Amino acid sequence: MTLAQLDRLERSWAEPRGLVAALTTVDHKRIGVRYLLTASVFFLLGGVEALVLRLQLAGPNRRLLSPEAYNQLFSMHGITMIFLFVTPMLSGFGNYFVPLQIGARDMAFPRLNAFSYWVFLASGLFIYSSLVLGIAPDAGWFAYAPLSTTSPGLNLDFYGLGLILLAISTTAGAVNFIVTMARLRAPGMSLNRMPLFCWSVLATSLSVVFALPALTLDCLFLELQRKWGFHFFDSAHGGNTLLWQHLFWIFGHPDVYIIFLPAVGIVSTIIPVFSQRPMVARTWSILAIMATAFLGFGVWVHHMFAVGLPQLTMTFFAAASMTIALPAGIQVFAWLATIITGRPVMKTPFLYIVGFIVVFVIGGLSGVMFAVIPFDQQITDSYFVVAHFHYVLFGGAVFPIIAALHYWLPKMSGRLFDERVGRAGFWLIFLGFNLTFFPMHISGLLGMPRRVYTYPAGEGWGLLNLLSTIGAFVLAFGLVVMAANLAWSLVAGAPAGENPWNANTLEWTTSSPPPSYNFPVTPAVRSADPAWDHAAREDDRERLRDGMLVFPDGHETAGTTELGGDLDEVLRMPEGSGWPLALAVSLAVVVTGLIASSNIAAALGIVCCIVALAGWHWRTPEGRAA
Amino acid sequence: MVGGVSLLTLALSGCGNQSTLTTDSHASHVISNLWWGMLAGSAVVFAIVVALLFFGLLRRHGTDPAERDRIGSGTWIVATGGVVFPAVVLVVLFVVTVGALPATSPSGRTSLTIDVVARQWFWDVSYSGTDVRTANEIHIPVGESVLVRVQSSDVIHSLWVPALNRKIDVIPGETNEVVWRADRAGVFRGQCAEFCGLEHALMALYVVAEPRREFDAWLAQQSRPGAAPATTTLERGQQIFLGSACEYCHTIAGTNASGTVGPDLTHFASRLSIAAGTLANNEGNLAGWILDPQHIKPGNRMPATALSGTELQLLLAYLESLR
Repeated sequence: MTLAQLDRLERSWAEPRGLVAALTTVDHKRIGVRYLLTASVFFLLGGVEALVLRLQLAGPNRRLLSPEAYNQLFSMHGITMIFLFVTPMLSGFGNYFVPLQIGARDMAFPRLNAFSYWVFLASGLFIYSSLVLGIAPDAGWFAYAPLSTTSPGLNLDFYGLGLILLAISTTAGAVNFIVTMARLRAPGMSLNRMPLFCWSVLATSLSVVFALPALTLDCLFLELQRKWGFHFFDSAHGGNTLLWQHLFWIFGHPDVYIIFLPAVGIVSTIIPVFSQRPMVARTWSILAIMATAFLGFGVWVHHMFAVGLPQLTMTFFAAASMTIALPAGIQVFAWLATIITGRPVMKTPFLYIVGFIVVFVIGGLSGVMFAVIPFDQQITDSYFVVAHFHYVLFGGAVFPIIAALHYWLPKMSGRLFDERVGRAGFWLIFLGFNLTFFPMHISGLLGMPRRVYTYPAGEGWGLLNLLSTIGAFVLAFGLVVMAANLAWSLVAGAPAGENPWNANTLEWTTSSPPPSYNFPVTPAVRSADPAWDHAAREDDRERLRDGMLVFPDGHETAGTTELGGDLDEVLRMPEGSGWPLALAVSLAVVVTGLIASSNIAAALGIVCCIVALAGWHWRTPEGRAA
Repeated sequence: MVGGVSLLTLALSGCGNQSTLTTDSHASHVISNLWWGMLAGSAVVFAIVVALLFFGLLRRHGTDPAERDRIGSGTWIVATGGVVFPAVVLVVLFVVTVGALPATSPSGRTSLTIDVVARQWFWDVSYSGTDVRTANEIHIPVGESVLVRVQSSDVIHSLWVPALNRKIDVIPGETNEVVWRADRAGVFRGQCAEFCGLEHALMALYVVAEPRREFDAWLAQQSRPGAAPATTTLERGQQIFLGSACEYCHTIAGTNASGTVGPDLTHFASRLSIAAGTLANNEGNLAGWILDPQHIKPGNRMPATALSGTELQLLLAYLESLR
């Protein structure tokens, strides 16, 4: 290996600065950062919506918002956080770190990856344009028929079309993750050695592929009924009202795990690092992740216990719902055992994980209660549910996301955040979170239904709601402190070095930030904790000296076998391209045409899609297309 | 957690009567017992997990090799805490769940059948086998099981009176049932629990549980047509009602008013509330409601009615006479 070889690597992978490169890039790291930034903006928007909602609910009979404004805002809050923030945010981490953790130089389909991002951005802008116009979806994030089929205006069309568009992005992203992990792992990384974060992204992606079609179908039926007079959900004309709910929750419950499992992966990544020992019962954890993803498909009816289904049906789903507590139990105790048998180092990322365990256990316990059918039938659609799912979604996903930001940002930027401010941010967020959402358990038990823009005095809900509102602002302040600290680190943070946490996975064996080609040489892997494997790192240096597995000529990365991770072929990776963006824009034209009831514009969009697809595939590069 | 529990106690001491933590009916009592039992169990699990977590974080690591050996690889912690323990707890919980189903499900003999049609945004109530039709207020006899059949005329709603039983969703095209049995006399508040559009928040109702004799008297009273105007003032009030837009949407049995868009007003004055539990039923609130219902409940189906001061007084007098 010579400097000249490294130079060639740099020249073939580095992308020029400038607008054209920005629009045509296929670098998984740039795309990952875009996912993270875009999702963060949506988090900010969804958060501001939540604060406005909390102001309205600060006391009984307040009139800050009209019912219409409230209903649009709570619907957009849910749609934003579920569809436009959590999943894309975790995709961002996946995009950036899955290739790095498996020792690859990019995702399996880099152009498809760029396409996924652009379509996500387009659908986010499409959905948010409705709020700008004051006609945002106003039937909640699960938009039950027939409220959603009969409501006038374009509000629900933005929902239906926007989510169909987003599903294209999410599905393409999931397929990309699956193939990346199946084929691009560094030689020696047999499937059982793949990092736990990758396992969780793999389980999530498999769930997406099987769950999302149910939502897409639902939205397709919705639009057919709204725009062209079909009767899928219309009981007066042979349709069935509950069809919407079944399809929605066949997607919706697996989606809970689509959101939660990557967070599990983050937790299982961070705990061994800050306990300074390999994960206890690692194989059990992997099985728990896969079992959760699988069982998640068999529990959807517990969202529908109050709709009047036969008891036997409900009993079956109650049993299935309880079963899913087992893999969760395995996860939690595997984490605890790792901490107990390790040597914990209390740094900010780990602090968030400790907070996560506390909060998630509360959310998990209140979750099991919903499998108890009579309790569910009493409590569902009350504020208790709002409390529960914020404990599992904010507590279970956002805490790990913030932990991951602190954990991985030094790798991405090469700079460390301030530890003291990091801790202060954690305590504000932890206290604010619990002050916001714990009282909601009680307001729900006291009979307060969810999705009400106002409530009467005299039911004992006023004080609890005031506490929630105060908590929301403490939480928001904590988030600002946290974000400011991270932003400051980008500018003035201390240099992070390659591996500031003494972590065990491959991304920590390359420089911070990683070079455009990720690794100068395909890393050697002989265990599940390759960065702690000093002999293997010595191998890397030897390989580099000998120029083995460097692939300095063009975009190339190692392709390996699915299970064993044995070197199989050298894969040619595509260069940047503008076609993914062109196809995404064409799709946006189609949905915009449909929402504007302009069949000509929609048809034009479809023609553009065909042209873009043709252009994309016109010259297949040797080896492998995008 | 200590803060949470004291918050709980504080809140409970001042609770209204839409609370689920009630013993006003057997069904709700069974459910609230489930809750307290699960809370106790959850508190134990939570305490164990947090204790283990803090044990792991705070103990001095690695100084005592004997302790390390005692703990071993840690897999046994996962097997015990993550598999054996939850499996046992869940089996118990499942048995309890199945055991609690009969108390909250429609079964057994009922003495009365009430039909409730949910509409955006009020409850249209009629008593099977009688001519009684009312709105947003359901009277039931104490100590008797009554069958409530629910249907929707538009979107999905959910009938929820926590003191009497679980909620039941109201699904277009289906008829669902719930059985209520109040163990004591009282007025129990309930509310729509499934988001049903603009005024979902203001779709409440009251259930009045009263001894059988009083209930029978109420039912007999409600079966009669609307009171004929006894004075000229009331007669003029009735003319204003029948001569304005009111009659297109409301019914008053015994008059030409037979609209079905809004609540039946035949015995309006006997009710506790106006606009589905939004306002207490008194003359001042009623005047405000008639003149500007869109201010009080924006988006509801009732338009403002322009009336002179005299006309309003006459109309109010008439409506307040409809006992």
